[in-house]
Amino acid sequence: MSEPAISVRGLSKRYHLGTIGRHTLADEFHYLWCRLRGRDPFQELLGVGDRRRRLSPEERQEWFWALRDASFDVQPGEVVGVIGRNGAGKSTLLKLLTRITEPTSGEAVIDGRVASLLEVGTGFHPELTGRENIYMNGTILGMKKREIDAKLDEIVAFSEIEPFIDTPVKRYSSGMYVRLAFSVAAHLDPEILLVDEVLAVGDAAFQKKCLGKMGDVARAGRTVLFVSHNMAGVKMLCSTGLFVEGGRVSEKMPVDEAVERYMASVVEEGQQVPVAQRTDRRGSGRVRIVGLDMVFEEARQGWTARVEYVSDQDRWKQAALRMTIKRSSGEVLTRLDSTLMPELPDDLPASGRATIELSPDVQFAPGDYLIDIWCQSGQEMLDRVGDACVFSVPDRVPFDWKGKSGSKAAWLVRQRWRVESR
Amino acid sequence: MKTYIKANQPWWRIDLREIWEYRDLLRMLVRRDLTAVYKQTLLGPLWFIIQPLVTTVIFTIIFGQVAKVPTDGIPQFIFYMSGTVLWNYFSGCMTQAGNSLVGNMHVLTKVYFPRLVMPLSSVVTNLAHLALNFTMFLGFYLFFLFARDTAMVPQWSLLAFPLLVLQCALLGLALGLWIAGLTTKYRDLSFALPFLTQVWMFMTPIVWPASQVQNPALQWLLWLNPMAFVVECGRWMFTGAGTLSWAVGGLSVGMTAILLATGLLLFNRVQRNFVDTI
Repeated sequence: MSEPAISVRGLSKRYHLGTIGRHTLADEFHYLWCRLRGRDPFQELLGVGDRRRRLSPEERQEWFWALRDASFDVQPGEVVGVIGRNGAGKSTLLKLLTRITEPTSGEAVIDGRVASLLEVGTGFHPELTGRENIYMNGTILGMKKREIDAKLDEIVAFSEIEPFIDTPVKRYSSGMYVRLAFSVAAHLDPEILLVDEVLAVGDAAFQKKCLGKMGDVARAGRTVLFVSHNMAGVKMLCSTGLFVEGGRVSEKMPVDEAVERYMASVVEEGQQVPVAQRTDRRGSGRVRIVGLDMVFEEARQGWTARVEYVSDQDRWKQAALRMTIKRSSGEVLTRLDSTLMPELPDDLPASGRATIELSPDVQFAPGDYLIDIWCQSGQEMLDRVGDACVFSVPDRVPFDWKGKSGSKAAWLVRQRWRVESR
Repeated sequence: MKTYIKANQPWWRIDLREIWEYRDLLRMLVRRDLTAVYKQTLLGPLWFIIQPLVTTVIFTIIFGQVAKVPTDGIPQFIFYMSGTVLWNYFSGCMTQAGNSLVGNMHVLTKVYFPRLVMPLSSVVTNLAHLALNFTMFLGFYLFFLFARDTAMVPQWSLLAFPLLVLQCALLGLALGLWIAGLTTKYRDLSFALPFLTQVWMFMTPIVWPASQVQNPALQWLLWLNPMAFVVECGRWMFTGAGTLSWAVGGLSVGMTAILLATGLLLFNRVQRNFVDTI
């Protein structure tokens, strides 16, 4: 076996929590003053306990292990997805591998030319033109001026903003900005690529183009470490996965297995936090989703989704309420979209309750399901909550069947059979 | 090419070759700073001429005409402007390099490159401003030298003026590195900085000549300030007036070397983890 492209051994990162810090010179002097008198400065500040006894850092809860003892190898040409919930330690892992910050202990060896993308457009300056920013951003990402000279035409063409290339980027729309930024990133041409969710940018068509470009990179035999929440993207691009939870990194495993573990942890969390209290949402917030559940109505033997949303506006113009129902493995089953329904007007009441009845002729197979929900006004994102609701479908006899379905199908469809002799 | 990521790297290790690898970035940062500053301004680069010019005029009126501070027998205008131009370069380097970590946070938390590139680019950017200021100074200097009857005698050592500018740059960089290293942790320092810079300026022979300091204890204090020699020496090169000795020059160069070495070490220690404390 060849030497690994990325080799990580016991990599750990400890953060000092900022509650009782030494952030100003005054704090530092206070700290010194307490030490000189043989007192514990932290107890002194908190005003509790036996002031003569020094607390250990753990007792003070001053330390926090964002990443603990991560060890794994990535072979050349392997595309690995790193998945985990917010705050699990994914970003910390990436920050250590990209050398933005130093580990507390452990080590990693990266063999090859590395490029890291934690965001697109790093170092863009609003006053500079598109062309100047290509050079600025490119050199920040580690390219030489010569390389950029050679690729400039390609970068400009890929960005699709050729007529505006000599306009200051502060006059760009956000879409143009992102296009330009991504095209620089897409032309980095490294042997090893460390990427954070930079693909979640731009409109759908451009996103597709970006994913396509990422796929090219992956197929070209590059080593890629891809940190993401986008399970569909991870499954499409990656062959293996690492699951991160509470600062611990799992063994490398097939990507499907890693996604399943991620989904299981999301299901667990989703059952605890109601959608109104979720803080990890996107959008302007002019309309907010405060309730979402999926119930089985015995009376009509069908599933019904109920959504409740509030707003401080009068009208919700060009309203679009959309949901994606996913299996716990991350696959998208179906989408519910208000804009496709002929019975609904273009504008909806700004605050309201939506009831969506699913036909009883189609049933979910037993298992856990997740719903992503978002609302838009035209193109504007108002509110989006990923994995907002979890519902479980019990293993029971559907329709008027004689028994349970043993297959792994996602849908069960009411069906009528006819068998005749030939 | 292998990249090693390890905990607790020795704090004295500075990878100079890596910085050389990133020279294109340094060039781009300088270009960014120079172009971005002037875009959407009315007078553009003129601002960098107006500021020292107005300062010199004010010094000439207040310290020269009103307070009648002696100027070693050379025209007051040249005396104040020579000091101001050199000081502005020094303080520009110091301030901008000092802000290079905190001020570029949004970039430094997203991508790795040798952090030292940032303060280095500040020094080069300010060199462009110095060139502007110096050209203006040269105009006034030649006017006074040839059109007026003055006691100014240009010295042969003027040929070594670039070396003096280099010392000034390294000194500004050294202080900038110290400040950059300390402000990542102690934000209150950035409030004190403009004030401290001003105090330092008045402790440097810019509005008064070093020849006025007779008290031996005060003389020590004066020459421990490495900028005192830089200003006094620069003035002497152009006019032949000033108080200098080899010992004073040696002390200043030595101080610069110590400040630069310690600044580099501090900066190098801080830059590896500073994104965590911000």
